[in-house]
Amino acid sequence: MSEVTKEVLLEVRDLKKYFPIRRGLFRRQVGEIKAVDGVSFDIYQGETLGLVGESGGGKSTTGWTIIRDLEPTAGSVRFQGQDLSILAHGEMRRMRRHIQMIFQDPYASLNPRMTVGSIVSEPLEVHKIGTSDQRRARVQELLEIVGLNPGFINRYPHEFSGGQRQRIGIARALATNPTFVVADEPISALDVSIQAQVVNLLWDLKHEFGLTYLFIAHDLSMVRYISDRVAVMYLGRVVEMGSTEDVYRSSLHPYTQALVSAIPVADPEVEMTRQPIILEGDVPNPANPPSGCHFHPRCVHATEICLQDDPEFRNLGQDAEHWVACHHAEQVQGQTFGN
Amino acid sequence: MAHLLEVRDLVTRFYTEDGAVHAVNGISYTLDEGESLGIVGESGSGKTVGVLSLMGLIPDPPGRVERGEVFFADNDLLKLSADQLRDIRGREIAMIFQDPMTSLNPVLTVGYQIAEIMRPHLNLSQEEITERTVELMELVGIPNAASRRKDFPHQFSGGQRQRIMIAMSLACNPSVLIADEPTTALDVTIQAQIIDLVKRLSEQFGMATIWITHDLGVVAGLVNRVIVMYAGFIVESASVLDLYKKTSHPYTLGLLQSLPSLHATIATDRLIPIEGAPPDLLQAPVHCPFAPRCQFAVDQCWQENPPLQRVASNHDSACWRWQDVRAATEQLA
Repeated sequence: MSEVTKEVLLEVRDLKKYFPIRRGLFRRQVGEIKAVDGVSFDIYQGETLGLVGESGGGKSTTGWTIIRDLEPTAGSVRFQGQDLSILAHGEMRRMRRHIQMIFQDPYASLNPRMTVGSIVSEPLEVHKIGTSDQRRARVQELLEIVGLNPGFINRYPHEFSGGQRQRIGIARALATNPTFVVADEPISALDVSIQAQVVNLLWDLKHEFGLTYLFIAHDLSMVRYISDRVAVMYLGRVVEMGSTEDVYRSSLHPYTQALVSAIPVADPEVEMTRQPIILEGDVPNPANPPSGCHFHPRCVHATEICLQDDPEFRNLGQDAEHWVACHHAEQVQGQTFGN
Repeated sequence: MAHLLEVRDLVTRFYTEDGAVHAVNGISYTLDEGESLGIVGESGSGKTVGVLSLMGLIPDPPGRVERGEVFFADNDLLKLSADQLRDIRGREIAMIFQDPMTSLNPVLTVGYQIAEIMRPHLNLSQEEITERTVELMELVGIPNAASRRKDFPHQFSGGQRQRIMIAMSLACNPSVLIADEPTTALDVTIQAQIIDLVKRLSEQFGMATIWITHDLGVVAGLVNRVIVMYAGFIVESASVLDLYKKTSHPYTLGLLQSLPSLHATIATDRLIPIEGAPPDLLQAPVHCPFAPRCQFAVDQCWQENPPLQRVASNHDSACWRWQDVRAATEQLA
């Protein structure tokens, strides 16, 4: 059993990832998309941190930049005290033994020309772990752990259903005994009945192997269900972060309030009284975000200051930390509707 | 009262190199005027194919509507010519899809495309059509509609494109609106906007709506009645309250138990997934299609496919053991 401790496993500080916008014959840079724009948070040993927000809000880019599948523009990521952002490529590759990723689309993320055995054992080969016999035994063990028949080792991805493919992806991620796993929308491509299987599996594995998860998803009810803490992103910035209970039941940011109120509940009696907050307008273009607080054009609480000043990310929590980036959080608090 | 729409024993198959895919296996249901109906199922359940079949939108080959009748306004839609069906499709039964970008023509302005829908169906002058186009765009919440009608689809956001599809679907005052997962591709807060918009407009104009979705959460607050489909069969059909509170089919129960309840956490309340995977539709169904995944299955379920039978007023289930399922549901509540 792993317990959530107060020991920081991963420390993200002022992380930025900008993508250049290039136009014209000479691909001149005409602007940039600030996909991740100064994100800071800690992930504690043994916890599940849920990361939610709209698509294009920078959730996945945050995950990919942490593990340096994308090079950060600025900022630091410390893993077990070591600054990942300054590691040379070879050192980072060795570090990836401990940091693995589970992807969204089990159809696109597995090489169709490789057998299940070679897909799952590839990370072992990359990190030169074990002899080929030991690796084969380890693959069979891993298949069993994720609930697949070890006899499937010589089959190809197309012979499996979506849920089974996601299990293959999970087995591959676990091959090197990682400590930290970034799960990027691991269930959103799966049918409802299969989602529950995968969520239960992720939970069991976390306990069996003492894993820590960054769980990136847009399904707010599933994130609430499995996360210890939740961070909410809007246009490249974390706007609220705290314990799951605090973020969902005492939201401090108007955007979080709208998200939470929009979660449909599979109970007609609850639904009869649920009053979703319908936000006006669209999610702005991340290449040209609004001034000041990025959320102000859609916010009912916005005043002059929100148009001009970036709100500071501050801790308003009493017992536990509860961070928010809103000028009017104190007024917003207590106005949580719905659930 | 006669039903607005009545589907009887509809069978649709797709003929592929691997054999016949049994997509829809004899489904029957009705829709009344102004009613809101949810059709819930996972991928491959036949929920979308069933509706495309009655609209004459199944590509043939490889698909074929093998059998069935679909009564709408005294016509059997399956017996109409392509032209007659197209006329009903534009004017009387409208549909909005998951991905508005594939349904809009990228090289025509949105104003032109909305007007195009009205021209053959409504007897209006060019000025009246333009006026109504702007009205419709305003109705679905596109700002500056008068100038924006001259813009092309790519100049609008995903949510706005879905709004334009809704404007097109409303253009001829249809009596039925079919919404096939219209919010799946959209962001959470935009989903809420679109659902709210369609709900408001269908009430305002008295349209009957069919919501096709995989999400039992979404329909709980939207519809009067729900049909649950599995492997091309209707396995349960009930009023929205009865479906969730007096569940009488193990698949519906399984779907409900796969969703986290409101204040549950994984540490205290583990989800109860449906084990196994959805069936192979290449096999002609002989036993109950859900039997391989069903915790209630007994010998009979492997011998005979249970028919959809009445289990209470306005409540049908296709399960030999529906009483045990109902009892289990009530014990959980």
